[in-house]
Amino acid sequence: MVSRMAAKKKTIRTIPQQRTPPREQDPQVRARNFEEVNCGYRPEDALREADRCLLCPDQPCVRGCPVSIDIPAFIERISAKNYRAAYDVITDTNLLPAVCGRVCPQESQCEGVCTVGKSLEPVAIGRLERFIGDMAITEGWANIPYIEPSGFKVGIVGSGPAGMACAADMAKAGCEVTVFEAFHQAGGVLKYGIPDFRLPNSVVDAEIDKLVRLGIRFECNTLVGRLFTIEQMIGEMGFHAVFIGTGAGYPSFMGIPGESLNGVLSANELLTRCNLMHAREFPSYDTPLQPGRQVAVIGAGNTAMDAMRVCLRLGADKVHCIYRRSAAEAPARAEELHHAVEEGIEFHWLTSPVEILADGKGGVRGLKCVQMELGEPDASGRPRPVPVPGSEFEFDADMVVFAIGTNANPIIGQTSKLALDRRGYITTDESLATSIAGVFAGGDIVTGAATVIEAMGAGRRAARSMRAYLGLRDTNVVYRDGADGIRPKLFGIDLEEHDFALVRLPRPSGDNTPGQPVSTRPGATGTP
Amino acid sequence: MADPGRPSRFEIVTREDFSNVTFLLEIYHPMMAKAAKAGQFVIVMEQAQGERIPLTIADYDRQRGTITLVIQAVGKTTRAMQQNCQRGTCLHAMVGPMGIPSHIGQARKVLCVGGGLGVAPVYPQARAYKDSGAYVIGIVGFRNKDLMFWEQRFRACCDELIVCTDDGSAGIKGLVTEGIRQAIGGHSDIDECVAIGPPVMMKGCAEATRPSGIRTIVSLNPVMVDGTGMCGGCRVKVGERVMFACVDGPDFDGHKVDFDDLMFRLKRYNASEQAASARFADGCRMRDPVIAAAAGPQNATQ
Repeated sequence: MVSRMAAKKKTIRTIPQQRTPPREQDPQVRARNFEEVNCGYRPEDALREADRCLLCPDQPCVRGCPVSIDIPAFIERISAKNYRAAYDVITDTNLLPAVCGRVCPQESQCEGVCTVGKSLEPVAIGRLERFIGDMAITEGWANIPYIEPSGFKVGIVGSGPAGMACAADMAKAGCEVTVFEAFHQAGGVLKYGIPDFRLPNSVVDAEIDKLVRLGIRFECNTLVGRLFTIEQMIGEMGFHAVFIGTGAGYPSFMGIPGESLNGVLSANELLTRCNLMHAREFPSYDTPLQPGRQVAVIGAGNTAMDAMRVCLRLGADKVHCIYRRSAAEAPARAEELHHAVEEGIEFHWLTSPVEILADGKGGVRGLKCVQMELGEPDASGRPRPVPVPGSEFEFDADMVVFAIGTNANPIIGQTSKLALDRRGYITTDESLATSIAGVFAGGDIVTGAATVIEAMGAGRRAARSMRAYLGLRDTNVVYRDGADGIRPKLFGIDLEEHDFALVRLPRPSGDNTPGQPVSTRPGATGTP
Repeated sequence: MADPGRPSRFEIVTREDFSNVTFLLEIYHPMMAKAAKAGQFVIVMEQAQGERIPLTIADYDRQRGTITLVIQAVGKTTRAMQQNCQRGTCLHAMVGPMGIPSHIGQARKVLCVGGGLGVAPVYPQARAYKDSGAYVIGIVGFRNKDLMFWEQRFRACCDELIVCTDDGSAGIKGLVTEGIRQAIGGHSDIDECVAIGPPVMMKGCAEATRPSGIRTIVSLNPVMVDGTGMCGGCRVKVGERVMFACVDGPDFDGHKVDFDDLMFRLKRYNASEQAASARFADGCRMRDPVIAAAAGPQNATQ
């Protein structure tokens, strides 16, 4: 198959011109249920879409991916119907394909730079990744490599995407990894934040199960900082290295009148009640959530889209999106915005709330807003919205949800001597090392609110630095035999290695899939 | 039991009923017992489908490795706990200690005021002040004599103890604010006052100390979900600022807290809570005979 394709070179004219649409629930139906909106590709869809990849030598998509998945390689294996091999390629660098295929903002990453995308719609890389991730869950695939224990103990604070990615890499490097989570369930924002219709919690659990099979221990109900401190972890508790991926969390409000009215809440609270605590199944579950009939959600990021669509599904008659900039500046993932429009969310662009109006009984009666217009670019490079004088107007709402971003969570700062920046985020150097030796940090608690895949990328970057700190060899680098002749080798071992505990040998024959190392005991190849 | 190596399953090792609504649970969690300080709280889930409720730590015992909670059965979850949390059973989850510990400073003479359920959480503060060498005046208030508990514990760590009951069946007749007035009348050199209890009682205490300018610390108990600063449900107005009780508190300056706002926000989920409580009460009535009938054979098989 592969050779046939190589023989007949694909060009932009020969590939299917249209991007293969995924099967989706009808907007009218899905706006009232919590089933997944995007039902994913069937094999025939995946094959057709895989055929759209030119397998171009430039591979801009790989550079566009925060974790550098070898995208053409896995697509090529899909075309060859070798789905398991495609899974192996992805899991070389990304342990959670079913999650990332769903929640990555592909349009600004891999798909945004796709060669096909220059003339046609880009290859639907995210959907293909999800196709493979879902198949792995159904088929029960998991790539559990042979792991040589390194004797190091690593502690991870927070079980969200950053923590999970770091944990996976450190476990593969032979470390004994424990992940601490304050909630009663692991998964972080993937569980409490992203709703089931976008990322089912069962998918998150399936991915976590793979981490457990790598030997990672999850300790829930553990509030690091208060139950024990970061300093205690690297001191008396005997962790050789610690990664902090606690996320940003602390939701922002605007400070406008009426914010403490009942019926005003953060998107985090709404989503946590609904997703993690199952308030939508009240009274079978005990956590309540007063549903709004007319909901105004402030903000236009992914969290805002999730909050709006959750409100619809909880039975709201009308859901408004209030955003002070225009649609072009909305930070949400394109697909989410598109889905929200389809489901009938009413968008008020260039609108900013000035007051939440009380109903006299402690609740919300409406929202007073002002029209905005775009002015000069601000620090973020986006045009700064400025209020139009005298343009105030009111509309009815009984629930107001703030989804305008988050500030740094203060707990780690309160309880450790880690250096923080002015805004309370953890200060790190390039390698994500913090001011305490052996302690690394990444994700939202370093950068401020970002995306799942960026947090995963940070987790992996921290893991690399952590291995260097511990003197472990980098198991992510695939050491092939000296055929390339570039790096000096001794007995087939890369001389840049400073630790010979784990040696990867080239596979004897066939598919030179990276990440399938044959490990040998130290000494088997002789130490210099 | 004092095996610090055994991980916690949130096992209840002691249960004591103070009245038909108030009960005490002592939960095995050596790590938390070691970390807990006065003024902190935990979040518990009674069962997997339960809600997360914040409860102030009423005591901790580092030797026994336990955390003590005193609970008033008022809503669905706390009533379910009253029914189900027996010695030897386990909670589904307990996380903590949460919140910034109370600052036990250099105060030489302090008032520790507890009203109703607040009596239990003010105890570790009274003890901590006593340990710091302060002169401690305890003021505890109950509706009547039958609801009283922990009198001996307080006597052991207070230099003076003023008991107040609504009906005068024990101590002085009146609210804890009456006790505060008496204490202030008898001592002109009180440095600090700690008041814990229902919001309306803490508001009263703050007003009682305001004229004499005694620094008054209150411990706030708004609605929470995660308790880690993530949901913002527990935001409270303190002076000009909005703070999250879970990570910026739970202790705040009582003279600056907007109690009316707090009381309003505590009613956010009243309708759902009342519905759940009513349903729970119905369920109990319906289930009771079934439980009684099933209990025999089940026990026999175990």
